[in-house]
Amino acid sequence: MENSTLISIEGLKKYFPTSGGRFTALNGIDLTIGKAEFTGVVGPSGSGKTTLLNIIGSLDSPSEGRAVVLGQSISNLNPKQAALLRRSKLGFIFQSYNLLPVYTVFENVEFPLLLLRLDDNLRRKMVMDSLEWLGMTDKVKSKPAQLSGGECQRVAIARAMVKKPEIVLADEPTANLDAANSHNILKTMARLNSEFKTTFIFATHDDKVIGYLKRKISLVDGKVTMDEIRNN
Amino acid sequence: MKLLFKLAAKNLIGAGLRTWLNVIVLSFSFLIIIWHKGLLDGWDRQAKNETISWETGGGQYWQENYDPYDPFSLTEAHSGIPPSFNTLVSKGNIAAILITQGTIYPSGRIQSILIKGISSNQKLLKIPSALFIKNSEEVPALIGRNTATDNRIKEGDLITLRWRDVHGTFDAGNIKVIGIFDSDVPTVDMGQIWLPLDRLQKMMDMPGEATILVWNKEEQHSTISQGWKFKTNEVLLKSITDLIKMKSVGGIVLYIILMSLAMLAIFDTQVLSIFRRQKEIGTYIALGMTRGEVVGLFTIEGSLNSVLAGLLAALYGIPLLAMQASHGMSMPGGSKGFGLAVADRIYPAYSLGLIVTTILLILLTTTIVSYLPSRKIAKMKPTEALRGKIQ
Repeated sequence: MENSTLISIEGLKKYFPTSGGRFTALNGIDLTIGKAEFTGVVGPSGSGKTTLLNIIGSLDSPSEGRAVVLGQSISNLNPKQAALLRRSKLGFIFQSYNLLPVYTVFENVEFPLLLLRLDDNLRRKMVMDSLEWLGMTDKVKSKPAQLSGGECQRVAIARAMVKKPEIVLADEPTANLDAANSHNILKTMARLNSEFKTTFIFATHDDKVIGYLKRKISLVDGKVTMDEIRNN
Repeated sequence: MKLLFKLAAKNLIGAGLRTWLNVIVLSFSFLIIIWHKGLLDGWDRQAKNETISWETGGGQYWQENYDPYDPFSLTEAHSGIPPSFNTLVSKGNIAAILITQGTIYPSGRIQSILIKGISSNQKLLKIPSALFIKNSEEVPALIGRNTATDNRIKEGDLITLRWRDVHGTFDAGNIKVIGIFDSDVPTVDMGQIWLPLDRLQKMMDMPGEATILVWNKEEQHSTISQGWKFKTNEVLLKSITDLIKMKSVGGIVLYIILMSLAMLAIFDTQVLSIFRRQKEIGTYIALGMTRGEVVGLFTIEGSLNSVLAGLLAALYGIPLLAMQASHGMSMPGGSKGFGLAVADRIYPAYSLGLIVTTILLILLTTTIVSYLPSRKIAKMKPTEALRGKIQ
């Protein structure tokens, strides 16, 4: 683990209104996550893993406490500033891939670069590099519907990595994959982590993912119950 | 913005059949609105041109008592042609017309008729008055095809005409039909008979008098004459303008129905799109698009339907409309009875203004209809959208 802190969370609480009052999803989280970490937030369903990732990803905001990501306090960001943070510095990998169905593999991976208004040649090079890391160059013209689950997730990783973000947030990335594909994907992500020093944060309860983590943060009922550094 | 257009176009084409159904419906609207408006514009143009050629010229001086809607005014509606106009009348640059009432007896029947005397040498109107010059023995007469058909009159027929002169004395005599003319302007044809001006002046004992002086060019009517009122073509053609305006208003109902159908299809597609594509919307936001950009993307997607519809309408519409513009559209037989110039065939006129206005109108309406449901995106929670949860 390197020293520079990318994420700093203090006393983070998140409530959701319910018919009977409110549900506490996060109940006083204190965390710091540094550069090039390969960290997992682990816990059962409803423990608050996805909520924590959403706040780190500036898709949601804290009810109480502070979450500072790449020097920016999430609570203070307006929707446009949050969008710009996600656009330039963050990558997302979802459980169900969330590829854009009418776009080809190339266009899906190219999408984040279009938002960054990079020029055509640079964009093409970056997309092809990214697809090469993931071994998907032979599928550039395919549409998501023509790919297997493992291939879709590799495209999703290529899309998350193409702009070389500081942090990649992966929410249950292997939940829809078989064991072989899961290991394949996880090895790829571990390689990208060590090669590009990108910080990976997973939300998972999958043992296969846990096996690859360098740091495991256990979450139960919105509280950190264990934070261990592992030597893989 | 360029990026949003690019993405919207990709999404729209990618949506396949759903897009093309909207585009087809919208292209019909495009075409029918342009066709219908073009037909009215063509009719308007033809009716005005024909009326100018056959009746109104470059405007008319009316004897101050003349009221075309009051036949009783005719007994008083005559004056001597102002001396300042005499040269122009003799050169044929002003068509002098004297109007009175009479009765004809074709085939033993009785028929009220408007008698119009017109200067034989006039060159302004299409009334073939030059034919009078060759027929000096009898009282030569010209009638329109519709009057001839209605009264079973043929060229060469001798018809008894009765009239009442300026002193109130009835007189009668035979006239010879020397020509039957075809005109699309019913106000020079229906229930009318044309005689040489000098003959009618003599019959009526109104030497040198007229009811109407048809002017050559509107801009040259500066001469003010006592007892005569100048009527511009704007006034004289008002009935045509009003009728076309009325027809246009009727057409607006058709446009509204067509546009409503097309807009309903687009609105429905937009609502369905936003409902079905929640996950995609969440993904756009997660990847760094602002909500405003996503609203813009969906609005542009909807608006692009009208661009595609315009292209499709151009593809099949230009040949169709061009064919009709050159062949015209035949009008039903009874249309002569409208009391307005209606040609046998109407040639639609498709001006650039008409096409541009229609395109802009449809583009604007489509954009508004696309924007309204898209506003919902701005209120969506991205975390819920990513899960595909209906909001």
